[in-house]
Amino acid sequence: MNPRSCVNIHKEWDIVGARQLGREMAKEIGFGTVDQARIATAVSELARNIYLYAKNGQVCFEYIYTNSQKGILMTAVDTGPGIKDISRVMQDGYTTSGGLGAGLPGVKRLMDEFDIESAAGEGTKIKAIKWIR
Amino acid sequence: MDANLKELMISNSDSIVDSWMDEVGRIKSGNYTASISDELYENTNREFVNVIFTSIQNQGSSKVVEEFSEKMINLGWPLSYITDGLQVFRRVTIEFLLKQADQVDSSHFSNVLTSVDEWIEPLIRQLVNEYSGSWENILSLQRVALQELSAPLIPVMEGITVMPLIGTIDTDRAKLIMENLLEGAIKHNSEVVLIDITGVPVVDTMVAHHIIQAAEAVRLIGSTCILVGIRPEIAQTIINIGIDLSKFPTRSSLKKGFTRALEITGRTVVDLPSKNQGIDEIMNALKGE
Repeated sequence: MNPRSCVNIHKEWDIVGARQLGREMAKEIGFGTVDQARIATAVSELARNIYLYAKNGQVCFEYIYTNSQKGILMTAVDTGPGIKDISRVMQDGYTTSGGLGAGLPGVKRLMDEFDIESAAGEGTKIKAIKWIR
Repeated sequence: MDANLKELMISNSDSIVDSWMDEVGRIKSGNYTASISDELYENTNREFVNVIFTSIQNQGSSKVVEEFSEKMINLGWPLSYITDGLQVFRRVTIEFLLKQADQVDSSHFSNVLTSVDEWIEPLIRQLVNEYSGSWENILSLQRVALQELSAPLIPVMEGITVMPLIGTIDTDRAKLIMENLLEGAIKHNSEVVLIDITGVPVVDTMVAHHIIQAAEAVRLIGSTCILVGIRPEIAQTIINIGIDLSKFPTRSSLKKGFTRALEITGRTVVDLPSKNQGIDEIMNALKGE
């Protein structure tokens, strides 16, 4: 069984919905409070990026299992403007919205695995995994 | 023709009701209303079908429908019960009316369809409106309630003000926080403003950004801002995500922040010798004599 749950992001309050779902699922599979907070924060960043830049998108969660460990995989997909220069957005302090510029690099540090695919004009897909220690 | 059909339907209401009850009873299993007791379900069905008939008879008497929908909303029955019920009613009635005719040609067929639709449609519209109206009402009430507890500013002592933040911070709230903070700091002549984030579930870059901006603005008007109520897991996330909060003072709890605020305003908390202690001393002194 590998249930997958998704939240559509259209308005600002959908971020809260995504965050709650992420936290709920993280709690259920057995993450501690600190990791729950990390996951919730990462979800918040990704969902907010969708809301701010792409307007429409989706955040999905699923449990993943390997032989030695289990964890949660979150996927944030949008069909927004995409990211022209990925290496630049992964630098701390780079921002186009006047924010802190810590969002994506922050998510990478909050999670264990991080993968981003994006093409200008086509959208962005971000996958991030957190393993239970 | 229309009136004839209606008469036919109303005079045969019993058999229509029977087949309706049958069908609706069948919907029950394996759906949202499965947890409702059979007796209640049947009573409600009977009431519902009465409402439908009264409404059709009186050509959309809204009073009965209004009362019924209000009751259903209060009891928390789902809207799908209503729409399913009306859908079934439409089907059952059409079937019945078509069976009554000796021969069914296409004009009779379409006549029956149009008439039944004309009876049912105002009902669906009204019931759905009642339902959605009640939801919108709840939503707007909650929005007001949320706004009310959005960003209170509490002057606790001459020169010291506390702003406890609870719940999610979105863009609107962040704006309110900033406004209230600055306005209040000037109004209460605060030297120190404590922002308590114990009740904020997640501190992401946006929330941090707004708090930093607010603190910076407070600094510009000559006050000090202390961020308090930082839970251990929040502290770790803030470090992970790489938010730099080194520019302004933080404390783990409101208590510690308040002590610090007293220090800044040049005050301390002093334990007064208690009255009982004084009496004890007198007693002791008396004993010694």
